[in-house]
Amino acid sequence: MLLLIQYTLIFASVLILVALGGCFSEHSGVINIGLEGIMVMGALGGALTMKYLPGSMAAPLVILLVILASVLVGMIFSLLLGVAAIKFNADQTLVGTALNLLGPAISVVLVRAINTAESADNVSSAVAYGQTKKAFLANIGQFEFNWFMLISFLVLVVSYIVLYKTKFGLRLCACGEHPQAADSVGINVYKMRYAGVLISGALGGLGGLVYITAGVSEWKFENGVAGFGFLALAVMIFGQWKPVNIGLAALLFGLFRALSNVYTGFDTLVALKIPSTVYNMLPYIISLIVLVFVSKKSRAPKAEGIPYDKGQR
Amino acid sequence: MTSASKKRESLLRNNALQTILGSLLCIVIGLLVGYVVLLIINPSGAADAILAILKNFMYYPSAVASMKYFGTTLVKASALLMCSLSVLFAWKVGLFNIGAAGQYVIGAGACIYCGIKFGLPWYVCLLAGIVAAALVGGISGALKAYFNVNEVISCIMLNWIGLYSVNMLLSKVKEQSTPYTKPLSSVNKSALLPNAGLDTLFSNNQFVTIGLPLAVAMAIIVWIVLEKTKFGYELKATGMNKNAAKYCGMKEKRNIIITMMISGGLAGLGAGIFYLTGIEQWMVQQTSIPGMGFNGIAAAFLGGSNPIGVIFSSYFIQHITSGGSYVDKTVYCSQISDLISAFIIYLCGFVLFFKIWINRFLDKRDERQAAKELKGGEE
Repeated sequence: MLLLIQYTLIFASVLILVALGGCFSEHSGVINIGLEGIMVMGALGGALTMKYLPGSMAAPLVILLVILASVLVGMIFSLLLGVAAIKFNADQTLVGTALNLLGPAISVVLVRAINTAESADNVSSAVAYGQTKKAFLANIGQFEFNWFMLISFLVLVVSYIVLYKTKFGLRLCACGEHPQAADSVGINVYKMRYAGVLISGALGGLGGLVYITAGVSEWKFENGVAGFGFLALAVMIFGQWKPVNIGLAALLFGLFRALSNVYTGFDTLVALKIPSTVYNMLPYIISLIVLVFVSKKSRAPKAEGIPYDKGQR
Repeated sequence: MTSASKKRESLLRNNALQTILGSLLCIVIGLLVGYVVLLIINPSGAADAILAILKNFMYYPSAVASMKYFGTTLVKASALLMCSLSVLFAWKVGLFNIGAAGQYVIGAGACIYCGIKFGLPWYVCLLAGIVAAALVGGISGALKAYFNVNEVISCIMLNWIGLYSVNMLLSKVKEQSTPYTKPLSSVNKSALLPNAGLDTLFSNNQFVTIGLPLAVAMAIIVWIVLEKTKFGYELKATGMNKNAAKYCGMKEKRNIIITMMISGGLAGLGAGIFYLTGIEQWMVQQTSIPGMGFNGIAAAFLGGSNPIGVIFSSYFIQHITSGGSYVDKTVYCSQISDLISAFIIYLCGFVLFFKIWINRFLDKRDERQAAKELKGGEE
């Protein structure tokens, strides 16, 4: 039971971070389908930092550096979307999809190059970071507390405040609802949209790092992040683009995702004799069902996905 | 002003030519980026590696061997062509079918299962693959039409659900000792697509079947349906403006569902003409979705989302993807081609801007020329 809570919380943390990233980007008016790719890149940045940091380093410093690395890589990668969508009016779905394919491709090529350079026989695409990862964990009795749970919660609170209580957040939302109106009162729509995309890159990258450190001590980059970026988008839609709702939705999705990891610990679930594959499918099936119920009355930002054209009325 | 320069100008204004130029530019930049990445990994072998990717089957010195591998590349390209037609068809109707990958997986599952478990002949297996994939596509369409579920997200969810279901289904027909499905050539020969003599053209490559001409024929059919029929016109109108289409008396919900079903069916056919050649067995422990459907997106946009254009772009994408396996594996890895094709998709996002830029440039030149002529008249 404790294990289930632990996994639920850690997967929910990933979903909260990434969904909030999507939330900022969409509130500014840019659809970020590329979160999946951004997650992979953030994970790569974090994993490589963990790999090369000396094991003797103090834990808080390790945490800080690793987080910084994945956030930075995520932001730089998200700029690819930002520049294409904001400056060049490219189709946001197309560019986002390209990011999703680019992320895993870049990371596999890089990681394999690093691995083969270390030893010629090593052709795997895995990065091991077992030792350094321990910096993120603190055992409270049987419960393995992960600092990221706290960080995600803080990010959630901060996002709520930023989006609803600050000048910046309200301006950001204005750019996603009616950019022409926002521009008419002197808000720089382009800057705001860049800000939205960069924040989504930072949070997406961080989310990727949390995802690969949840439970395992090495990550095979061939697998990307198994559709988690898209689950986060489903969480965002389920949460109706509002931080608090996103937090609750993430807990629900996190629970179903956690079940596939720990269902063997429950006698009643084992007794049902459902193949493990079904549990793997569960989060995706649930999100489809949830989307059916919430998409009809969607509160999506009205101008999302439409390139901003100053001359347009 | 000479008539020759006038002619050249009107040619540059030609939309098709601009698309081709844009695509070529995407390819060149994509390859350059790939080259730079190779240079960063290891400068000494980078030029050889990029040449290996571009040469693909020409790597073999003997004509017989290279012809054989040319055939294999063509077989894969034909499956890719179907996937990109699937993406393209939906795109023309304003839908982004990123689920081609999942529909391809479902199609593969259905036709392999029918072939091994029930021992059905190839045309029934092919049909089963098409129908199963079309149904999965239809789910996304129906969710979009009736519940306003974003088709990109529903497609991704269905991709994963499809992969896990097919793994589960095909583990029932796998070999005892390996995670692969039983080979069709030994279990049920009638499920293999007929060669119709095409194999002899490619040094007896038994995987070259009627799937090849079938895929090209489908591209032409898709072009005819989209450009020359009332049905295609209706679909495109729905894509451009759902409400206007509804106002004109078109059934916009039905059109969305039908589009996704056709789109899914095309991807399913792609899986059929690939797996029913016996070229590959399904690995039932796969944890990642086959890249065919995603490469289909690259090919569709690189081909300027034109059914005839994608015949060439599919071949090109498959050519470099297959070519990736010839790079020096002690230094580089074959996924470098995935990186190049992913970057090409990214660049395709800029093609529209490229066209606008060319037109603006031409407009300016025209204006300048007109001003000059006016001055000349005054003198």
